[in-house]
Amino acid sequence: MSSILVVIEQREARISRISWEALAAAQSLGAQLSLPVAAAIPGAQTESLAAELAGKALAKVVRVEHPLLSAYTPDGFTSALEQLVRAEQPGYVLFPHSYQVRDYAPALAARLGQVLIGDVTGIGDGPTFSRQLMQGRLNGAYRHSGAGPCFISVQSGAFHADAVQAGSAQIALFTPTIEAAQIRTRPGEPFRGSAQTVDLGSAQFIVSVGRGIKGAENLPVVEELAAALGAELAASRPICDNGWLPMERQVGSSGQTVSPKLYVAVGISGAIQHLVGIKGSQCVVAINKDPDAPIFEVADYGIVGDLFEVVPAITEAVKAAKQ
Amino acid sequence: MKIIVAIKQVPEREAPVRIDAGGKWIEEANIQWAMNESDAYALEEALQLKEKHSGEVVVLSAGPERAGTTIREALAKGADRAIHIACDDLGDRDALGVARLLAAAIKPENPDLLLTGLQSDDLGYGQTGVILAELLGLPHASLILHVEKTDAGLTVKRELEEGWFQNIELPIPAVLSMQSGGSKLRYATLMGIKRARTKEVRTLSAAELAAPVASSVRLERIALPQKQKSTQILSGTAKETAAALVEKLKFEARIL
Ligand SMILES: Cc1cc2nc3c(=O)[nH]c(=O)nc-3n(C[C@H](O)[C@H](O)[C@H](O)COP(=O)(O)OP(=O)(O)OC[C@H]3O[C@@H](n4cnc5c(N)ncnc54)[C@H](O)[C@@H]3O)c2cc1C
Repeated sequence: MSSILVVIEQREARISRISWEALAAAQSLGAQLSLPVAAAIPGAQTESLAAELAGKALAKVVRVEHPLLSAYTPDGFTSALEQLVRAEQPGYVLFPHSYQVRDYAPALAARLGQVLIGDVTGIGDGPTFSRQLMQGRLNGAYRHSGAGPCFISVQSGAFHADAVQAGSAQIALFTPTIEAAQIRTRPGEPFRGSAQTVDLGSAQFIVSVGRGIKGAENLPVVEELAAALGAELAASRPICDNGWLPMERQVGSSGQTVSPKLYVAVGISGAIQHLVGIKGSQCVVAINKDPDAPIFEVADYGIVGDLFEVVPAITEAVKAAKQ
Repeated sequence: MKIIVAIKQVPEREAPVRIDAGGKWIEEANIQWAMNESDAYALEEALQLKEKHSGEVVVLSAGPERAGTTIREALAKGADRAIHIACDDLGDRDALGVARLLAAAIKPENPDLLLTGLQSDDLGYGQTGVILAELLGLPHASLILHVEKTDAGLTVKRELEEGWFQNIELPIPAVLSMQSGGSKLRYATLMGIKRARTKEVRTLSAAELAAPVASSVRLERIALPQKQKSTQILSGTAKETAAALVEKLKFEARIL
């Protein structure tokens, strides 16, 4: 009988949040298709994490354990999971769409003659899998055909970790065969970027600027609004990539996560990698000239217009209101 | 070092998105095209490596005839020559199908290093580099910001989530998927644009590369996203909307 396998990722010896979300997605797909769900946890020491997973509604938990899986490498993980998938023959394999998964899951799928449907935001009848196209400006519905397995990775925040159903599961041990010589890359210890001197995480007011600002010479437009609001200045990735603002002011999946009372997004389109960083904001204001910009899907208040006209007007209005 | 950089031509960032009659893609008629952003960073890294260690930079792109303009742009920035896989049915191939096509063109070139961008700005699969490594049997690393050549191979700086990084050592030949922002992008000079006209662009047909088109994953339809939250759109002149916003923030959201 077919089944669903969800691959759990550990970060700092804990199950990552997005892995719980992937587990919730697997359980909901399992309910839709009446298929049992198993979880796999690869690593060198997986006993306690497997025990935690065993408290969920799963057919079983598989510890994919090998000393060579202690640090993540694409070669080690691809080989171990290839062996597991060949042994288990699931119909579906789900992953969290993390940096780690995007580094090896496409290769794993290709090794089995398959293609990963990556960064999935929803599962519909069929099943069809939806994911974003054109940086969030469109949604696409994808379907897998032919012999499986069908590989899926789910986007951060698309499913709810607290929807994971409790239960009790058996734990099994799977020992893949991996030789040290198979692992061609040598990963170093993670390190932090440059010293952090701004703490956007605790800022109450944030004015954040995106590529709509066009050039570094236009930054005073948003700096003045930030000053009027008593806000910290933040930015989307391209602004920091271009060196217009330092990287420590970047908000998003590869930058900081913020939870201010007010987040003003100026000329930011609202790509998912940006939006994951602002989920905790109490009130989001978006200023964008494109009425279909995805940022308007998450904003409380939106102004469709040219930021070079709108932002100075807001700055004046804020100053007047504060007098 | 012989470096191949795989680049893709994508709709320019502010191109209008209108769903076409087939419901599977957007109307391409009035679209401007551009080099995919992370591919531009991959090209930049390749050019810098060549400047430091000498060698050759070859750009490789699969796409219809219009992709030629993006290929010329890469040549104008300093790539030495190009391979254009003429292919009008890219949209019918899944990520594995496209990678098979690219791999067939790469194999006879035997590069020391193959660079791709991390992810395309249109389809956003983010898989091409990783699948290429698998198909070519080469080691890989993705989300790379910097590449340093060492005696043993390469040391690369990989981006992790939330502002963390990691260095990775790997032998060459290797495949790297490049993240944006690692270095400053150069502009093509007038001289570069002139020189690009005489550089070699070899065109291969998808048919002669004999890569299978059959795909296991299909895009069935596309749609505009649905609004999740009820956004209040404030309208009027700049002054009116600004006043309305401040009102709302003060009396409705109570945060000013
Ligand atoms: C692995 C990975 C990690 C990433 N991490 C991050 C991250 O941490 N943070 C992040 O932000 N991004 C991140 N990105 C990039 C992300 O996908 C987007 O490319 C980026 O957020 C886009 O930035 P933007 O909205 O400023 O630019 P664009 O998408 O180019 O949007 C610019 C917007 O400005 C508007 N505009 C233009 N002119 C005007 C004007 N005159 N007035 C008003 N509006 C105007 C346009 O309509 C458009 O909506 C990551 C991507 C990847 C693949």
